[in-house]
Amino acid sequence: MSSSLPPRPFPAGPIASITGTAVVVRGDDIDTDRIIPARFLKCVSFEGLAEGAFADDRTELAGAHPFDRAEHQGASLLLVNRNFGCGSSREHAPQALMRWGIRALVGESFAEIFYGNCLALGLPCLTAGHDTMRALQEAALAAPTEPLSLTLAEASLEGYGQRWPLELPAGPLQMLTTGQWDATGQLLSHHAELSRTLAALPYANGFH
Amino acid sequence: MSAGTLYDKVWDRHRVAELPGGSTQLFIGLHLIHEVTSPQAFAALRDLGLGVRHPERTVATVDHIVPTTSQARPFADPLAEEMLATLERNCAEHAITLHGLGSGRQGIVHVIAPELGLTQPGMTVACGDSHTSTHGAFGAIAFGIGTSQVRDVLASQSLAMNKLKVRRILVEGRLQPGVFAKDLVLHIIRSLGVKGGVGYAYEFAGSCIEALSMEERMTLCNMAIEGGARCGYVNPDATTFAYIQGRPFAPEGEAWDRAVAWWSSLASGADAVFDDEVVFEAGTIAPTVTWGITPGQGIGVDESVPSLADTPVDERPLAEEAYRYMDLQPGMPIAGVPVDVCFIGSCTNGRLSDLQAAAAVARGRQVAPGLKAFVVPGSEQVAAAAEAEGLDAVFTAAGFEWREPGCSMCLAMNPDRLEGRQISASSSNRNFKGRQGSASGRTLLMSPAMVAAAAVTGRVSDVRELLALVPLQVPVG
Repeated sequence: MSSSLPPRPFPAGPIASITGTAVVVRGDDIDTDRIIPARFLKCVSFEGLAEGAFADDRTELAGAHPFDRAEHQGASLLLVNRNFGCGSSREHAPQALMRWGIRALVGESFAEIFYGNCLALGLPCLTAGHDTMRALQEAALAAPTEPLSLTLAEASLEGYGQRWPLELPAGPLQMLTTGQWDATGQLLSHHAELSRTLAALPYANGFH
Repeated sequence: MSAGTLYDKVWDRHRVAELPGGSTQLFIGLHLIHEVTSPQAFAALRDLGLGVRHPERTVATVDHIVPTTSQARPFADPLAEEMLATLERNCAEHAITLHGLGSGRQGIVHVIAPELGLTQPGMTVACGDSHTSTHGAFGAIAFGIGTSQVRDVLASQSLAMNKLKVRRILVEGRLQPGVFAKDLVLHIIRSLGVKGGVGYAYEFAGSCIEALSMEERMTLCNMAIEGGARCGYVNPDATTFAYIQGRPFAPEGEAWDRAVAWWSSLASGADAVFDDEVVFEAGTIAPTVTWGITPGQGIGVDESVPSLADTPVDERPLAEEAYRYMDLQPGMPIAGVPVDVCFIGSCTNGRLSDLQAAAAVARGRQVAPGLKAFVVPGSEQVAAAAEAEGLDAVFTAAGFEWREPGCSMCLAMNPDRLEGRQISASSSNRNFKGRQGSASGRTLLMSPAMVAAAAVTGRVSDVRELLALVPLQVPVG
């Protein structure tokens, strides 16, 4: 089980590549209520959220969910389909995935708020076309213990005997590879610009 | 690329800087926080040794975890109590206004900010809640954010954002009697899909939208996110200004006149360019009900659960999953499906006009035997206004429970939840698997009037028949 494995550090600084095995969670429109049911949001810290990842789906499948299967323990790549992470803005969703061990996601498409939340945690979300994604998922299911290597700069995944072309827009790529995915420092560095913007906003100045 | 739209104008006014990587630093005019998505953001500030840059631009309330039966402190649930106590401590420490329980101003964050006059046209509004799109009803650019972004707004009053494309959704004509903004938005999502809006802001325009009240516009924009659009908005007009005027945080005197002039200038111009446009005819829309597990799986109340053959190939796996989960068969009429629980409330449909519409159906009728029905006002102000006109008495006489304000069974973070396989008729916004607090619970989304109709008949019913707007369907044979 994952608890017996050495803890994997959370993302920090520049992220160039990610290596590890993959876990496949199939289906379109998998919402954040399914990734982390609302009862797990009753907390004032993100610690301990790993056990909530896909909690209801895992209960329903009684041990057969990919997150419960022995061969996927320790996986660091999550392979999904379309509109993954739709619904609620809860950052608890990517936090739960990250604390379970996921370090990057590859899918056909991602919901916007979820994508931004992942980026803010240093979890790259790369995309691939429908046919590529389907083939990649099939390959992963056939060889669940085979490690893969994801290289961000090339947006490519090496594994299962081939190179899989993925997409990662230039913006997120730069943020991840330079370590600027954590935006706080940049935002704070524009102190004068922030003051200037505020001073020019009518509603902040009596509508003058 | 869009140009000259309200979205473009508001974006430009709030642009602070361009960031490496191509995103824009956007100033946030109004930041709303609540107990669920803020505690970790304050903790992160503490870890980083940072303060709150503009505490006067952040406003707090408590909504998600509050019980709706007794709101006496401490709450029976120690985790809920800890979350509220943490919010109170954080707000006190950083001099942030908290509209707490019993203040007369507490309620669902997306209900109270408009009713206090905090939400105004031309603002950027952010909140750690996806239904922040609600505030777009005022011609604000409003969107949900995650907790790391809540931290960023607290620290810098700004966010790193990427500009969206703008799709104009023109709705022409009038909604038929018994058809509401909820039906309109469920119809739009059914047509464009739950992914259709990804990458877009939705501008809702056209004669139907212009005729909507502010509360109806809020219902519409609230569910833009269910169609994948992170924000939706309506251009500000006389209806908007009349709603805002006189509210506690609205501008007054000469500032009011200047405000109206500025707000008016923000509306998308006649020469505005949109990335995409879609047209709907309001008069053809029926009361709409979801049958599946996404808000896009909706049908008119006079329709049947779609067959696999009538479902696009790439949506069939989800349809099959929905048949199984909902235990509804393709081809069966949605009208007549029995329900166990009826919930009226939420940031989508917990405002006074929603309760009035539901009460008009409930008045003089009785909740069906064995069915649980309850009404949760969206805020303390909504509750007071409803009680002043006797709506609470209408509901309780009909057998509904009249509760205290909060998010309640929309997401079931408080004690209000489905049990086991129960099926609800719900005026909320999400019918996801497990959404209403039971891992196998089922949700049918519909308007508050339709929920009331389900409550008094015990099954999904066409509210127009109860309101005598269309002849009763007499079964043949």
